[in-house]
Amino acid sequence: MIEMKDVYKTYPNGVIALNGINVRIKQGEFVYVVGPSGAGKSTFIKMMYREEKPTSGSIMINGVNLAHLKDNKVPILRRNIGVIFQDFKLLPKLTVYENVAFALEVIEESPRLIKKKVMEVLDLVGLKHKARFYPDELSGGEQQRVSIARSIVNSPKIVIADEPTGNLDPDNSWGIMEIFETINDRGTTIVMATHNREIVNTIKKRVIAIESGKIVRDEARGEYGYEV
Amino acid sequence: MAMRFNTLRRHMRESFKSIGRNGWMTFASISAVTVTLLLVGVFLVIMFNMNHFASKIENDVEIRVYIDLTATEQDKQALKAQIEAVPEVKEVEYSSKEQELKNLIKSFGEEGSSFRLFEQDNPLSDVYVVKAKQPEDTVKAAKKIETFKSVHKVKYGQGQVEKLFKTLGIARNIGLGLIIGLLFTAMFLISNTIKITIFARRREIEIMRLVGATNGFIRWPFFLEGLWLGVMGAIIPIVLISLVYYNIYEFANPKLTVPFLQLLPFHPFMWKISIVLLVLGGCIGVWGSMMSVRRFLKA
Repeated sequence: MIEMKDVYKTYPNGVIALNGINVRIKQGEFVYVVGPSGAGKSTFIKMMYREEKPTSGSIMINGVNLAHLKDNKVPILRRNIGVIFQDFKLLPKLTVYENVAFALEVIEESPRLIKKKVMEVLDLVGLKHKARFYPDELSGGEQQRVSIARSIVNSPKIVIADEPTGNLDPDNSWGIMEIFETINDRGTTIVMATHNREIVNTIKKRVIAIESGKIVRDEARGEYGYEV
Repeated sequence: MAMRFNTLRRHMRESFKSIGRNGWMTFASISAVTVTLLLVGVFLVIMFNMNHFASKIENDVEIRVYIDLTATEQDKQALKAQIEAVPEVKEVEYSSKEQELKNLIKSFGEEGSSFRLFEQDNPLSDVYVVKAKQPEDTVKAAKKIETFKSVHKVKYGQGQVEKLFKTLGIARNIGLGLIIGLLFTAMFLISNTIKITIFARRREIEIMRLVGATNGFIRWPFFLEGLWLGVMGAIIPIVLISLVYYNIYEFANPKLTVPFLQLLPFHPFMWKISIVLLVLGGCIGVWGSMMSVRRFLKA
């Protein structure tokens, strides 16, 4: 479960990114975060995997307050959170298989387990047959599926996606959403920042609209849009 | 912290990969370490040998206390006790004027025989030869002894001893200053090389941090890379200095007949120098690398 209380964030240059955020997201929910560029969406997302610390307020994730989390505990937090980006962040010199395995290697998982888990998630995102391909031999949609596979290979309870379909054509975007729904069905919480009106209005989920660092709308089965 | 064998192998592989990848910077920083350690090594060799000479000379420094000709046997005994009571004094040895004359004649060899005439009427004084506990205390002890009764004259190479110690001290400090400066230069160059490595791998590091790799894990390959750079930089200096020193030693030592001017023997001296250079290389490598990584991982 994710719970933010009175979260404020002011960057060193004086920009106020979050201006009093209060929100609760239950385990297993699927949440869209919408809002104009520069409204604080990204900061909101970054708070959840402790890429940014709040200036004040508390962020509880599964009972741990991220506002007071020590730097050396951050890796443990990240092992329980999958993060996905618009630009995939794949390593071009590694194959699909190696890119996914990388996430487990660097947390020193045993080689036998790595193989099993990687093949499982590649199967889930439908890329088992492309395990030996390199990222630039794949389409954008396929690359994003690899990055999703990497984010969930460690079976996190929460998956956070920052505009995962931002670089994709509609067909590929729908494919990605299917995978998210599958992951969500297995009980994983999904928080997804997006600009994609069609997706939000078709696959109806809870919508949190952020504007000027504040939540201006929070609806179960909401619509796209943030004009008050 | 027990590390899996696989993990260690992975870190090794990564560190070697980036050494190969940053060819020129690797070459530059290894060269910097090489030059630095070469100079450091030469300095060390010279300094250790100088210290060696110095301690030989220092140990030869003695105070000669010339006893007044009018002194009686009792006066002599009293003086000896007085000298022995000086806290800086280690030992006192008596040398009669007959003994002194014999030494004098001996030191002149063939021509010394002309001094034999004096055997009838010896003009020399009886002497106490005094050694200080610490060579540096020689002057202090001599000054005290000078004031005692029945002392005709005190000789300890006045001026010479002070000058020697002073010169040695200055040489030592200049050498140390230079070495420290050079070490920092090499460290700076290594830290720049590692910075480039980090830059080349920033996406990889970003992902590692995202998926929850610990800072320790991320640091390892850079730690090793720095270590390799430093150790590789130490190889040429070690080989070169050893070879040159071996040849100098073999060539010069038989010719150096003055007792205190002896070079330190190649073995074990060169082993010690080699180990010092190797450790020094490793340390500057690791330190340089850790300086870069720390800044990068702070975020």
